[in-house]
Amino acid sequence: MAAYEKLVKQYDRQVFRIANHIVQNREDAEDVVQDAFLKAYQKLNQFQGNSKFYTWLVRIAVNESLMRLRKRRTGKMVSIDEDVETDEGSMPRDLADWSPDPEALYGQSEMADILRRTIQGLPPGFRVVFALRDVEGLSTEETAETLGLSIPAVKSRLLRARLQLRERLSRYFKRDAKPAQAQDGAK
Amino acid sequence: MTCTEFLAQLDEMLDQDAAIPLRADLEEHLRCCEHCEITLSTTRTTIQIYRSHEIYELPEDLRERLHKAILAKCRKS
Ligand SMILES: [Zn+2]
Repeated sequence: MAAYEKLVKQYDRQVFRIANHIVQNREDAEDVVQDAFLKAYQKLNQFQGNSKFYTWLVRIAVNESLMRLRKRRTGKMVSIDEDVETDEGSMPRDLADWSPDPEALYGQSEMADILRRTIQGLPPGFRVVFALRDVEGLSTEETAETLGLSIPAVKSRLLRARLQLRERLSRYFKRDAKPAQAQDGAK
Repeated sequence: MTCTEFLAQLDEMLDQDAAIPLRADLEEHLRCCEHCEITLSTTRTTIQIYRSHEIYELPEDLRERLHKAILAKCRKS
């Protein structure tokens, strides 16, 4: 049990982050963390030493998250294939260049709000690929294996997730997006 | 090279170290296409910003609560 506690401490933040990216609700994310670690514990004997414990755990957490999302939107099917057939993000539209330092435009908490609101607008199947690949730093191969997707499917979702986020962030980050008087640092 | 062809290689372009057979062509396209140049730089910034901000922070008190709950459940199972 002490050994397992060590694993919980090692990976809890990542699992919480991934769960939040998918369920977009803090209470559900807390439940996912508990359920994922419990499931992993119960299935520990099925864990094959040839895959990394972390990616195995992430797979469990992703499945738990999708289940929560499904429960919350009762009756509505949710899978990682949902809503991904959209044309949005195939070719960027808003091509105003960004401020050289978007970080300087907003305070920390305001920036976190913007980032949360922006990713929330993406379909779950895009959010999860972006979260695993770009936020958690999994490789394309690991992401594909974790989600049960082909490598080309991961690549195409990742491209569209990135382009959609980029497009949505443009209105906050483009040059002159924020008038100078708003940068009073009062926040 | 068209912009669509460029975009198809965006992932590789974002990874500076990736060995891309067409890198010279892609870089040539970048030099004369402002559209793709901005897309590449702002996409890179998008990823960096998401990576550097902890938008779903796990506060220490909640973390401890979760640990206790998880270990209790594991012991019971
Ligand atoms: Zn172009």
